[in-house]
Amino acid sequence: MNASNKASVIDYTEVLQPTPFQSRVNDLCLVESWTGWNGYKIARVYDTLTSEYFAIRSTCGVMDLTPMEKYRISGPDALVFLNRLVTRDISSLKDNRVTYVVWCNDEGKVLDDGTIFSLGNGEYRLCAQHHQLDWLLLSSLGFDVTIAEETHDVAALAVQGPTSCSVLSAAGFKGLDKLKPFDISNMTLNNIPVMVSRTGYTGDLGYELWVDPKDALALWDAIFSVADQGLYDVRATGLGALEMVRIEAGFIMPGEDFNTAETAIRADRDRSPFELGLGWLVNFEKPYFTGKRALMEEANRPIQRRLVRLTVEGNKQPTDAFLYNREGGSRIGTVKSCVWSPILKSNLALADIEYSRGAAPKKIWAEIYYQKELEWRAIWSECHISKKPFWTHERSSKTPPGKF
Amino acid sequence: MIKPQSAVIIGAGHNGLVCAIYLAKAGYQVQILEANQDVGGAASVYEFADGFQAPGLVNVPYGLNAKICRELQLDLHIQNSPSVEQSISLGEKGEHLILTGNQVSGAGLSDKDVDAYQAFKEEFTRYAQALQPLMINRPPRLKDMDRRDKFTLAKLGWSLRFGLGTESMREFLRVGGINIFDVLNETFDNSQLKAAIAVDAVMGHHMGPRTPNTVLTYLQRLWAQTEASTQLNSGLDTLEALKRAAKSAGVSIRINARVNRIRLENDVAVGVDLESGEQISASVVVSNTDAKTTFLDLVGARNLDAMFCHRVDNIRCKGNVAKVFYGVKSLPKFTGLSADQLNQRLLIAPNIKYVEHAFNAVKYAEHSPNPILEITLPSLQDSALAPKGYHIVSVSASFAPHTHKLGWDSQRKPFVKHISSMLEYYAPGFVDTIEVSQLLTPADIENQFHTSGGHWHHGELSLDQSFMMRPLHGAAQYNTPIKGLYLCGAGTHPGGGITGVPGHNAAQRILETKGKN
Repeated sequence: MNASNKASVIDYTEVLQPTPFQSRVNDLCLVESWTGWNGYKIARVYDTLTSEYFAIRSTCGVMDLTPMEKYRISGPDALVFLNRLVTRDISSLKDNRVTYVVWCNDEGKVLDDGTIFSLGNGEYRLCAQHHQLDWLLLSSLGFDVTIAEETHDVAALAVQGPTSCSVLSAAGFKGLDKLKPFDISNMTLNNIPVMVSRTGYTGDLGYELWVDPKDALALWDAIFSVADQGLYDVRATGLGALEMVRIEAGFIMPGEDFNTAETAIRADRDRSPFELGLGWLVNFEKPYFTGKRALMEEANRPIQRRLVRLTVEGNKQPTDAFLYNREGGSRIGTVKSCVWSPILKSNLALADIEYSRGAAPKKIWAEIYYQKELEWRAIWSECHISKKPFWTHERSSKTPPGKF
Repeated sequence: MIKPQSAVIIGAGHNGLVCAIYLAKAGYQVQILEANQDVGGAASVYEFADGFQAPGLVNVPYGLNAKICRELQLDLHIQNSPSVEQSISLGEKGEHLILTGNQVSGAGLSDKDVDAYQAFKEEFTRYAQALQPLMINRPPRLKDMDRRDKFTLAKLGWSLRFGLGTESMREFLRVGGINIFDVLNETFDNSQLKAAIAVDAVMGHHMGPRTPNTVLTYLQRLWAQTEASTQLNSGLDTLEALKRAAKSAGVSIRINARVNRIRLENDVAVGVDLESGEQISASVVVSNTDAKTTFLDLVGARNLDAMFCHRVDNIRCKGNVAKVFYGVKSLPKFTGLSADQLNQRLLIAPNIKYVEHAFNAVKYAEHSPNPILEITLPSLQDSALAPKGYHIVSVSASFAPHTHKLGWDSQRKPFVKHISSMLEYYAPGFVDTIEVSQLLTPADIENQFHTSGGHWHHGELSLDQSFMMRPLHGAAQYNTPIKGLYLCGAGTHPGGGITGVPGHNAAQRILETKGKN
């Protein structure tokens, strides 16, 4: 095993590093709303949150995804190693396919979720929200694998929304409409090699593009030139809009919706896949994986708590709200993240709630504090568990996705 | 008819034998698989040169635990063999110290030191005895304790509080975690005496007298002696008695049967695969080898959790003691020693600074320029070890690194040569009598006795690797994360030495869980 990274080329006198797209992003980021993500400077909002949100939901949004942690896994044991790492059985993952996975510590508590890209030739890329190199190296004991950090060596863009296929095709990507969900294709655009995957974090049709950092600006310009031609609207979108759409799609965010096991200090603050509603990712039939014994034991006990999707009645956003078993009853949980969904005209939340004897509470009420002209008020809103993601569209799973 | 439980034990060292006999007596069908040509593990005899036999690593066995001898009805023969209880520390100018039990004598010793030694041994023996409830039982878990765990802790608490009494308990708690150097300085004036005691605290460990934890290692050694069978016996004799007991209990022992893999089905240990390809099935698999070999080699990382493997990999188990066997033409003539003193345990550690300096080298992956030597002449007890007229001189030399900074290949000869010249200094004419010699570095010990790092105790006996953390948290009660797989070797609580207690405790655990855990 070995670990390499190109960190030495980074100028650490800058607190937040620019991504390879920075010069274009700077031009478009009118409100200077920046945030840090894994040490990179990333736009939260470019101009207005609403316009960026609707770009993703109605037309095409482009987001700088470079700070996503990326690891290259190769070597004779690469697949066996990854299968021991994650709870899902990926032994039959085909070349040029992507799969969503979650991985746990010995106690079966989730360390992070992410995606595994099967790049062919026994090479894999693992993408994660948070830094995972130490856990990957630690897990590699006894496996003949090479693990390389390539976060800084690969620039990435997410191109998401109903017209994303049309926009990218207009930009010059050929055969994109044949790409199935979770497919990978190595394409070229104006002689730039681009790896395209039909993946995303929005619940809608979308693609992620992976290029050499030196080609980053050329790729950006090629995509935005489509807007200049007046054919389609293409907008740069920030993390603020992504946060809205990912909640609508029911995707969870480590560190926000649950404590990752590595960061949890108190004994009951970490979460298992079952407690996060990710039980469908856990396969007890596959060969051993880290946390399997603990999870098998847990599966035999009634579940004690779960992260659930809630629709919240009324028009008040239940930010950080406590949840009760009835109006003024006893406390059973808290809202982790929430959004007023413009497209569904509803308040949506992801909430951690206690189960009693393995069953969800019959009634869930939120006590919501809100301000009216700087005066605080409280109301009670009933919440309903949503079994399915709040929002999805058939084009997100259709091939070809169709033109919009 | 209910099929009898069967057990396969990996490694025919004394702990494996003890565990096997207990299981067989409880009705298990037991088979022991030994990779080498003979049983006995690190205590087994092998021929190191034509006609010259080496009695394994064990210079001075502090005998098998008395409870085990009694329960297994071992027929041990009383022999006049060297014991830690009878040591002679050789002085550089012939001023030897004779340590017998809690008495010490020798030229240059003050009356104060003589009295202090007696008081010190009595007091520390009491501390060691107070630990007995902890040692002879599985170490209690502190979380999710069962009744037995609570009972063990209660007994330990009682024994420390009321067995020792207020003053001794207070003193025990003061010294328990500190280093032997400070304690010796408080107690004694004579530096050679301090060194002779310090040797027992550091030999076999990666510790010098100033290293914290050395009072504990001293107590662990003292405990093994105080709870040992009163019948003094050589390692060989112990082994023979265990072999006889195993045979009569119906244990079958297979030699030259190296285990390649512990076979799992649905995450449960169901048997082992031999190097020959043969498969052996059993309802319980017991590993007498160290935790690293068991988990990382025989079970394999891909059947275990990642952090568990990482912690196994981090067990400190690099050996620190080299072994030198000499075949000599005549008995060495140590200056100032009579011929009948030669069957005692002889130490070369002239002062406490010498011991600390000997340790310094190994911190930097070098052997000690002037090592501590522990010398015995096993052929005095068993003349069959050497051809007629010849003798064996067995030397344990500390400190010697597992991996030498300069490479053992180039350092073997100078190291042995230096040890020979040290012996020549104390026993003039020795070098001329050497017929053959063999050096076992910790790396050689690792290869020959199949123990990771070549450590005497299958892992440092430091506080973080002792009791409920030995060999590591998650496998400290002899059962392991794999159902049906147990550990019984020196790497488990209470550690190495030829006490047999790990094997005894493991058998107790297997019977208690009916092999289901």
